[in-house]
Amino acid sequence: MNIQTRPLTTAPLLPEVFEVEEEHHDAGAITTLGFWIYLMSDCILFASLFASFAVLRDATAGGPTGRDIFSLPYVAVETACLLVSSFTYGMAMISAGQGQKAWVLRWLGLTLLLGLSFVGMEVHEFIKLIGEGSGPERSGFLSAFFTLVGTHGLHVTSGMIWMGVLIAHVLRRGLTDANRTRLMCLSLFWHFLDIVWIGVFTVVYLMGVA
Amino acid sequence: MTGGMMGKLSMDAIPLHQPIIMGAVGLMVVGGLGLVALITYFGFWRALWFDWMTSVDHKKIGIMYIVLALVMLLRGFADAIMMRTQQALASTGGAGYLPPEHFDQVFTAHGVIMIFFMAMPFIVGLMNIAMPLQIGARDVAFPYLNNLSFWLTAVGALLVNVSLGVGEFARTGWLAYPPLSEIAYSPGVGVDYYIWALQIAGIGTLLSGVNMITTILSMRAPGMTLMRMPIFSWTALCANMLIVAAFPILTATLAMLSLDRYLGMHFFTNDAGGNPMMYINLIWAWGHPEVYILILPCFGVFSEVIATFSGKPLFGYKSMVYATICITILSFVVWLHHFFTMGSGADVNAFFGITTMIISIPTGAKIFNWLFTMYRGRVRFTTPVLWTIGFMITFTIGGMTGVLMAVPPADYVLHNSLFLVAHFHNAIIGGVVFGCMAGFSYWFPKAFGFTLDERLGKISFWCWFVGFYIAFMPLYVLGLMGMTRRLDHLDNPVWHAYLVVAMCGALLIACGIAAQLAQIALSIRNRAALRDLTGDPWNGRTLEWAVASPPPPYNFARTPVVTTRDAYWEMKRRGVAHRPFAAYRPIHMPRNTGTGVLISGCAALMGFALIWHIWWLAIISFAAAISLAIIHSFDEDRDYYVSSDEVARDEDRYFEQLGSQA
Repeated sequence: MNIQTRPLTTAPLLPEVFEVEEEHHDAGAITTLGFWIYLMSDCILFASLFASFAVLRDATAGGPTGRDIFSLPYVAVETACLLVSSFTYGMAMISAGQGQKAWVLRWLGLTLLLGLSFVGMEVHEFIKLIGEGSGPERSGFLSAFFTLVGTHGLHVTSGMIWMGVLIAHVLRRGLTDANRTRLMCLSLFWHFLDIVWIGVFTVVYLMGVA
Repeated sequence: MTGGMMGKLSMDAIPLHQPIIMGAVGLMVVGGLGLVALITYFGFWRALWFDWMTSVDHKKIGIMYIVLALVMLLRGFADAIMMRTQQALASTGGAGYLPPEHFDQVFTAHGVIMIFFMAMPFIVGLMNIAMPLQIGARDVAFPYLNNLSFWLTAVGALLVNVSLGVGEFARTGWLAYPPLSEIAYSPGVGVDYYIWALQIAGIGTLLSGVNMITTILSMRAPGMTLMRMPIFSWTALCANMLIVAAFPILTATLAMLSLDRYLGMHFFTNDAGGNPMMYINLIWAWGHPEVYILILPCFGVFSEVIATFSGKPLFGYKSMVYATICITILSFVVWLHHFFTMGSGADVNAFFGITTMIISIPTGAKIFNWLFTMYRGRVRFTTPVLWTIGFMITFTIGGMTGVLMAVPPADYVLHNSLFLVAHFHNAIIGGVVFGCMAGFSYWFPKAFGFTLDERLGKISFWCWFVGFYIAFMPLYVLGLMGMTRRLDHLDNPVWHAYLVVAMCGALLIACGIAAQLAQIALSIRNRAALRDLTGDPWNGRTLEWAVASPPPPYNFARTPVVTTRDAYWEMKRRGVAHRPFAAYRPIHMPRNTGTGVLISGCAALMGFALIWHIWWLAIISFAAAISLAIIHSFDEDRDYYVSSDEVARDEDRYFEQLGSQA
């Protein structure tokens, strides 16, 4: 319509008008940024569950309170498993940085074991509570407790499935750029779950027995 | 729970004895079969699968989003017409033609469909089509994820429509407030359809939000600083930040409601410590930002339209950006104004009343910016401009009634009345629908390569515009007279007259929609005459107009370097736009993939199985979805290069077209 038409000569390749070199967006950095943004959304998911727990923590409906059902030494061991697993994952990342594939796999395996112990202890706690009649359907407080802690547990579980897949990836292709990006994303995820657990430990368990 | 392979599902789930529902289902089935027959007749299946369904091209995904939105507009509008006719027929003591339990499903479905499956896909579709082009990118950051996002949204829409023929939909209103939505009071599958449709579509929306933010933050053309970015892309950025910050609240809230319903928990029940008001707080902590997720991109559309057709740069660009950011932040601190009547006390209500009023300040600043952009401009009164001016008038009125209700004592009188219904339709139709329509007619030539018929576009606008006022002004009056919302029948001859007028307004809007469909059909028929050969039919200002219409898959043969706002206008001014290059390079592109469709198919099965308590199918389809994602991660062959010859061929064709215009 209103194009200011000029004779169609070939445009000079002025660097200030069009890129002379084809741009190379760093795919790994973009993926990591995207994953960060996803983690922020996950953070809000947990924030909603924390808020619900805070509202319902005294809604025990005549049932047990946190003081009645929580065993701090047990949860301390559970917490230690998860915190140490964050450390071992960090070691895996250092090994990846040094290109030591075998060590990456060893550290990932150890992390997986620690994650498994954490989830195992949590499941054991849940089964015990349900057996005692303190299941999630007992009261608003227990609904909120099981949901908040269980959602964290589900996250850890999916992190472990992801870790298993990543071990397969690293075994198959080695420490390629794509696999390093994946390791980085899972690292963010794993440490993020650690931070959330510190919130759970404080708000649910420590404040629960206080 | 219940035994049997098929859970709660049996032949009784199909409402064979309900002629209205079976008629609608019959129509949908006949329409679907007709579509299948047509696709088969034209041999379009291959193209449909390889070029569209599996496409990772943001422009094609955007088009699919908008097709979904338009289809859902028809469904949601059918619900609207049913409500208006029912209330007009049943307001003098008669029963009308909709039984109460059906009427309740109709108003619930209307709200859910219009917000989640009409407005949201429309907005996301416009962002998909325009935003990457505006920022000079080749595609979005995660093209495969983009495809998956679309199909998850489509699955949500599918589940809502399946509920029409198999089972029932929620009778709870579009936000499914407990305790009504709890299993004790809604034992049927309606609320479960609601929950799983929104959960699955919500994941799609969230992933799309992550994708768009990453795209805008990391893939802008060199030189395009944030403050040089087109306003539509700015509003897209803010809306997507709201999506990422708000949708997880919806996910968590609906998850808690499902735990109540499926596992007997007590988040929102009346007994055992549950707290229904917590649901209402949580759902609006998502719901109010959601309103701005919808309206902000529309503000962006209006900004682009008004600057382009006034032939001037947007007045007050910076204030526009800051106003958008202010609204983004403020949208999180107003949620309680949806339920002042909860009784949280004068101080709390005052706080939320004041924050609500404050939000009108940045919005007002925007209105003045648009007016000043038009001032002394040479405004071309095209269809998109009509929608924009219609918006400015209508939205201002809607905003004023909103500020009125932000006064808590006034809200106590107007809460849940038709005044409220009129207010939010005033804001959503006047803002979001008009914005979608403006964006549709503005970017249609970019997406399809030909412009839309102007005459029918204008007819459609006037029908919508006048129809809106006739349909909703009576509702303001009825609200002030004391009529509450969601009444399936009543006996009041004074209100009857207003309800009949409102129904006439809805019929006029129906004419507007018909004109739009005719406009699309006629424009496709006359596409040769309406062809946009230049890629720049409106004398545009931003980069999406610097390439051919429709753009080649890679968008830009060479990425432009940006030095100012309105980058394309500047290129035209300097005489460097639309000039072929001496040589082209191969371009790196993502490959199409069917994984998104397959995962979404599993999600559809899983949702359906969960709704009907068919546990084995739910487990299998969930495991299948996860396995598909894992298998996809092992696929290393995800990209390809468009050879420089192909690029040269595309570009030469474009320059030939341009030459034929010179």
